[in-house]
Amino acid sequence: MKLLLTGGRIIDPSQGLDANLDILIENGKIAEIGKNAHKPKTDSRKSASREINIVDINGMVAVPGLIDMHTHLREPGFEYKESIQTGSEAGAAGGFTSLACMPNTNPVNDTRSVTEYIKRKAASCNLVNVYPIAAVSMGSEGTSLTEFMDLKDAGAVAFSDDGKPVANSALMRRALEYASSLGMSIISHCEDTCLSHGGSMNEGFVSTELGLQGIPNIAEDAIVARDIIIAEYTGALLHIAHVSTAGAVRLIRDAKARGLRVTAETAPHYFTLTDEALREFDTCAKVNPPLRTLEDVNAVREGLRDGTIDVIASDHAPHASTDKEVEFEYASFGITGLETSLALSLRLVDDGILTLGQLILGMTVNPARIFNIPKGTLKTGGDADITVIDPNRNWTVDRDGLLSKGKNTPFHGQAMKGKAIMTIMGGEIKYRDLP
Amino acid sequence: MKLTNKDILGIKELSVDEINLILDTAASFIEVSTREIKKVPTLRGKTVVNLFFEASTRTRTSFEIAGKRLSADTINISATTSSVVKGETLIDTARNLEAMNPDAIVIRHSAAGAPHMLARMVKQSIINAGDGAHEHPTQALLDMMTIKEKKGTVSGLKVAIVGDIAHSRVARSNIYGLTKMGSQVIVAGPAMMIPRDIARMGVTVYNNLAEAIKDVDIVMMLRIQLERQQQNIFPSLREYSSYFCLNRHNIKLAKEDVLVMHPGPINRGIEISPDIADGPYSIILDQVTNGVAVRMALLYLLIGGQR
Amino acid sequence: MEQKKVVMDADGIDRSLTRIAYEILEKNKGTEELCLVGIRTGGVFLAERLKKKLTSIEGVDLPVGILDITLYRDDLRLANKKPMLGKTDIPFSLDNRKVVLVDDVLFTGRTIRAAMDALIDFGRPQLIQLAVLIDRGHRELPIRADFVGKNLPSSLWESVVVKLMEKNGVDEVVIEDDNQ
Repeated sequence: MKLLLTGGRIIDPSQGLDANLDILIENGKIAEIGKNAHKPKTDSRKSASREINIVDINGMVAVPGLIDMHTHLREPGFEYKESIQTGSEAGAAGGFTSLACMPNTNPVNDTRSVTEYIKRKAASCNLVNVYPIAAVSMGSEGTSLTEFMDLKDAGAVAFSDDGKPVANSALMRRALEYASSLGMSIISHCEDTCLSHGGSMNEGFVSTELGLQGIPNIAEDAIVARDIIIAEYTGALLHIAHVSTAGAVRLIRDAKARGLRVTAETAPHYFTLTDEALREFDTCAKVNPPLRTLEDVNAVREGLRDGTIDVIASDHAPHASTDKEVEFEYASFGITGLETSLALSLRLVDDGILTLGQLILGMTVNPARIFNIPKGTLKTGGDADITVIDPNRNWTVDRDGLLSKGKNTPFHGQAMKGKAIMTIMGGEIKYRDLP
Repeated sequence: MKLTNKDILGIKELSVDEINLILDTAASFIEVSTREIKKVPTLRGKTVVNLFFEASTRTRTSFEIAGKRLSADTINISATTSSVVKGETLIDTARNLEAMNPDAIVIRHSAAGAPHMLARMVKQSIINAGDGAHEHPTQALLDMMTIKEKKGTVSGLKVAIVGDIAHSRVARSNIYGLTKMGSQVIVAGPAMMIPRDIARMGVTVYNNLAEAIKDVDIVMMLRIQLERQQQNIFPSLREYSSYFCLNRHNIKLAKEDVLVMHPGPINRGIEISPDIADGPYSIILDQVTNGVAVRMALLYLLIGGQR
Repeated sequence: MEQKKVVMDADGIDRSLTRIAYEILEKNKGTEELCLVGIRTGGVFLAERLKKKLTSIEGVDLPVGILDITLYRDDLRLANKKPMLGKTDIPFSLDNRKVVLVDDVLFTGRTIRAAMDALIDFGRPQLIQLAVLIDRGHRELPIRADFVGKNLPSSLWESVVVKLMEKNGVDEVVIEDDNQ
């Protein structure tokens, strides 16, 4: 069975490609990219069409399958919030062919058996590639390291205690050294929990007006600075998760300028919303790190523009209504993001912050490089993971229509422009939303 | 003239006209409480639920008396958040209450925004009786009513609010109300008790009492919550009261006809010395009296007749 | 074009009040235990004027109270526009008093019903009498005035407005046709 995408604009930053070309897929691999790829040898179109599925994507953009390097699939343990099945469905619908899932499940992904379970379950769902991120410390409790070598062997692509910082600096140092020796990154959730303790939103004018205890920028900045210092000392690979503050952007920019092996990601809500979104105590906008001020949003956008921030990740954090339909202070942190991530990111292109090519780079090549996985490219012979985007599709976010179990989006009812209309993994169409 | 919203969630949402309407209506209700038969039939057949998730004798009693003097049936529900799974209480209680069809729900909750959540969920009128450190609109209204009663106006005055501003809903509601009505507000307390960016609410900030109360018309002292000491917000009560207790010496810095207010309950000798609390400047008990009138006015305006 | 008809001028109002004052004295055989309570807002000014007349006739100072009946209205539930609540001020005991309620216009009788309920809450008067400047008919309750300035048969779509110097700057009673 062959699949031919014709007439589309192909953008593949991994090979500096941006042209109107055809893509031919055969046996799950990219067979050919070029003008008039797969010209039928005979004129018998009837017989040809039987063996080749031709999809006209004129006016659409085809890119390497998008990678979300920061997702919470919640399984095992919190299947009432999300499962690998529903998370995969949501991912495919959002245009992702690969998801990296965080280890804060129950049990925590701190052993080979959990990593293998996730891989096995994801394979049986067969909708997206799932790359487990294993915990840095046992139970993510910040006391003793997990078995990095064994976990890498089982399929972990990075280590993180996401949801919590690695508070113990000595442990962080060991983790960075250990992971780096395996060519892997530590993904750091930067939060000084003494500074953030009790807070439920950004500390500033809005938290003062609302009478809510704040989480100050310095809670993030302090740990970003610490981790950069440790990364510099150890020469290790450090990835800063969900950058939300102007200070963190500045610290990472400086670190990169000094040649450190530091990478960073941010999530769409951090370049889209400010803490003003919490005025009505909307728990769907309660997230950690919290939505910050306009100054921070602008700094994050600038960080994306100048390449300080390498990756846009959804930080998809689905929650059940029982976690969110409670008093603001008691509500869980997190935003469901897989299905809105691409459209929100495309706004950066409309706003002139990024070119479409740069955006795709940050959602394909860069995460693939950080994880060292053979994805994020349309090179001939590679896996046929392709996302077809209609950059002009207008649609409205409807939380009830989300495929994720998590309906906790602050974007409900908002107009979006741009959408994945076809998600192809391993040559198979996993999601399709053709007009 | 009537109120725009079905609920009273905060002073921030009220217009100057609405505040004036409430204060004028409340002034008319003062007389009812002086009668021998302190009851009018206005809210006969109406039900007011006092839903208190946080202990409060004064505010709950005040609302209860207000409802009863208007002939409403008042029901008190005291719930504690600690004894149940967090969060489930409010949503379930709200739906249950709604099914019993009261006319107004008065809610006090330790979590900011809880009344707003309730207001979104039910069709009944919600009155915020204090939510976390966010707002306490009825307190600010009774404070403004008392100021107006004593000073003849709520505008053009200099008002100092002293104490733990960061954790005070009374401070926030009064800042909104007094600045809206055209008065100048000063907040004062040790730096740890001043929340970030509060100056953007239109107030002047001081870290010492003397500067704060210089030439002011009103001093509003806030209750120091003793548990803040354990949270490391301030080092000791001893130190706090040596530097921030309003007494007969420092009060001379204020205007001669200064009025002293306190939302209660008072920590005598800590934020306010007994001779000041009971002295001629004090209008603390007038505040309590007016509290009933303000709450009667709100119930009347919200559920007395069609909205 | 609004139809307006003046049915009573300043002199007419004054003469009616004078007559009512004499009738009150006659009916009550003097001023013993007598007091006046004006219903907000028109009744208040009329009560004050009656008091002056009674004082000048009898040479005694009669207590006058002000009654706001808003809180006793039976149409609050239905009223589209909430009436502004006014102050009630009855600075004397009503127990064993002869109370003359004073209002400007007697119409359905519902205001008087509310006023009587309110008075009873203030004490136990010996009796309650009613004085009105205009009785325009259309009663919905079994209520009748003891002292009437002028009986003015009217249509339901007309409104009868008593304008007084104290609030309107002019003394006159007009009929306005609401249908116009």
